[in-house]
Amino acid sequence: MLFKTLTKKDFRSLVEIILQSNEVIGPKKSGTNKDGNPIHKFLPVAKFEEIDLGYQTTEFSPKTYFLPYKENLSTYRFENGEWEQDIRYRIQPRAIIGMHACDINALLKLDKVMARDKFPSPYYVSRRRNTFIVGIDHEPAEKCFCQSVGADTVTHGFDLFLTDLGDRYFVAINSDRGFNALAKVDAKLVTEKDSHDYLAVRAKIQNSFKTKVRIDNLPNLLDIEFESDMWKKWGNKCLSCGSCAMVCPTCYCYGVAEHVSMDFTKGQKVKQLHSCNLVDFAEVAGGHNFRPTRSSRLKYRYYHQHRGFVEAYDEPKCVGCNRCGTVCLAGINPPEVIADLQAEGHGP
Amino acid sequence: MKYLRLEPKRPRIGVFDFTSCEGCELQLANHEETLVPFLKAIEVVNFREVSSYKGEDYDIALIEGCISRDDEVGRIEKIRAQAKVLVAIGSCACFGGVNRLKNAYNLDEANKEVYGDKPKSTAKVRAIKEVVKVDLEIPGCPINKLEVERIVQCLAFEVPFNFPVYPVCVECKQRFTTCMMEKGQLCLGSIAQAGCNAPCPAGGLGCWGCRGPAPDHNFEEFMTLAKQRGFSEKEISERLGFFGGFEGRR
Repeated sequence: MLFKTLTKKDFRSLVEIILQSNEVIGPKKSGTNKDGNPIHKFLPVAKFEEIDLGYQTTEFSPKTYFLPYKENLSTYRFENGEWEQDIRYRIQPRAIIGMHACDINALLKLDKVMARDKFPSPYYVSRRRNTFIVGIDHEPAEKCFCQSVGADTVTHGFDLFLTDLGDRYFVAINSDRGFNALAKVDAKLVTEKDSHDYLAVRAKIQNSFKTKVRIDNLPNLLDIEFESDMWKKWGNKCLSCGSCAMVCPTCYCYGVAEHVSMDFTKGQKVKQLHSCNLVDFAEVAGGHNFRPTRSSRLKYRYYHQHRGFVEAYDEPKCVGCNRCGTVCLAGINPPEVIADLQAEGHGP
Repeated sequence: MKYLRLEPKRPRIGVFDFTSCEGCELQLANHEETLVPFLKAIEVVNFREVSSYKGEDYDIALIEGCISRDDEVGRIEKIRAQAKVLVAIGSCACFGGVNRLKNAYNLDEANKEVYGDKPKSTAKVRAIKEVVKVDLEIPGCPINKLEVERIVQCLAFEVPFNFPVYPVCVECKQRFTTCMMEKGQLCLGSIAQAGCNAPCPAGGLGCWGCRGPAPDHNFEEFMTLAKQRGFSEKEISERLGFFGGFEGRR
């Protein structure tokens, strides 16, 4: 990895240069919650001041800029017994400033599903390739458990990654795009003190995680406790509202529907993200539902996160951001569900 | 115009209003962008808000409003006898709507409160399905025109229409609306049927459940979490009762 340092003033100049020719997305304060705490969202910004890099978490993950909730896959038109199709991939350049390591790790997981398999999604790949990513380190929020799932550190998947050293940023450069962007401002070569300070900040971050989740042997435990009553307990709380999957940075399940114009001359195939907790997720033609109960759907959500994905990609799908636990009105959250599962495993 | 070499049928439609504000009918005449093709895709046989022609040979009857007077019963029965398909549109027709609030009061007192010393004929409010057989319900206050357009398209090709099975939460998330409960408001979104595209929370108002309960909604957990957040049983009950969709659940 190539490293440089950047004064905060120079970082501001860099963002302003990026703003000149890109749509820029950043964490923006969008209000306060009932307890008076700020709510942040990744939203388009017009000025550097709108970006609040001190945010703890965002209500929604930046996934939406790669896997939109709704996406037009194809438009087609009928005329004189013929038809023609128009497919457009999003290629306009975009920059996302201030992504945390967990969210970049989430993209790396999505890359494995969407960009590397036998059938890469051109919709995803075009958005991914045309998005310039500037990540930033942060002190973990109380409920973050990204360290437990190995997502607190990121070494690729971004263009630039910042660590705040007080008066300056320590910048990891991971692409020629990132290198060229830094060349437009006064980035400095790294001194021994810079490296020392960086490692001290990193050590402090690594030692400040309050929420810890043990995920070793989870795939086997999930299989052994397949019939456990704890799934009923948590399932009875589940609202089947899908909010967890909507805010999750790695959930990618979707449905496709045909939208026809009112004059029947054209139509669209529209992809919409779905959730495994919604009642029709496993309903098939003929009406049979393989997961008719809330508990079975919630269980399979955890199965995909911590067993199915591990089997396919050697790592959990979860990045430990706990957005699902925060958004869930019923208070279903991974640290507690997994602890409950482990308690079952130690039972008689 | 053929679609995939199929000729759409033009459903012969009659639109009728009972006790209501006629807002749902107005919705049918809204969305000007596609109003002309919408009116071409159907045959308006009887719809006083868009045409002075009053035919009686409709196949599909769209019913707005609830039954709140005895004389309405004979009229809806006659429409039922004529229509091959009877569709209840809007919260009033589907659940009784806000009119149903009347049922909590003594009828004579309610009559006096509203009409003073000039009382009108009035009866307990009933949803359409409590009076005649209903083949399809399109809930909402008002109905969502875009949804109606999709239903009409399905009628034109005689294919089934599926309402979303999820609650309003999905639609809030998909338009980046901050959770109203997180903001400290009472919101029925987690148990209410979606399909409206969640305009109320987007405008800063918690969901009032005008489309009724979502399939497989978790009522018990909702009551628990709403009370945990400090909402009183009275407040929750009033909210649930507002449009009548949660009748029997409060």
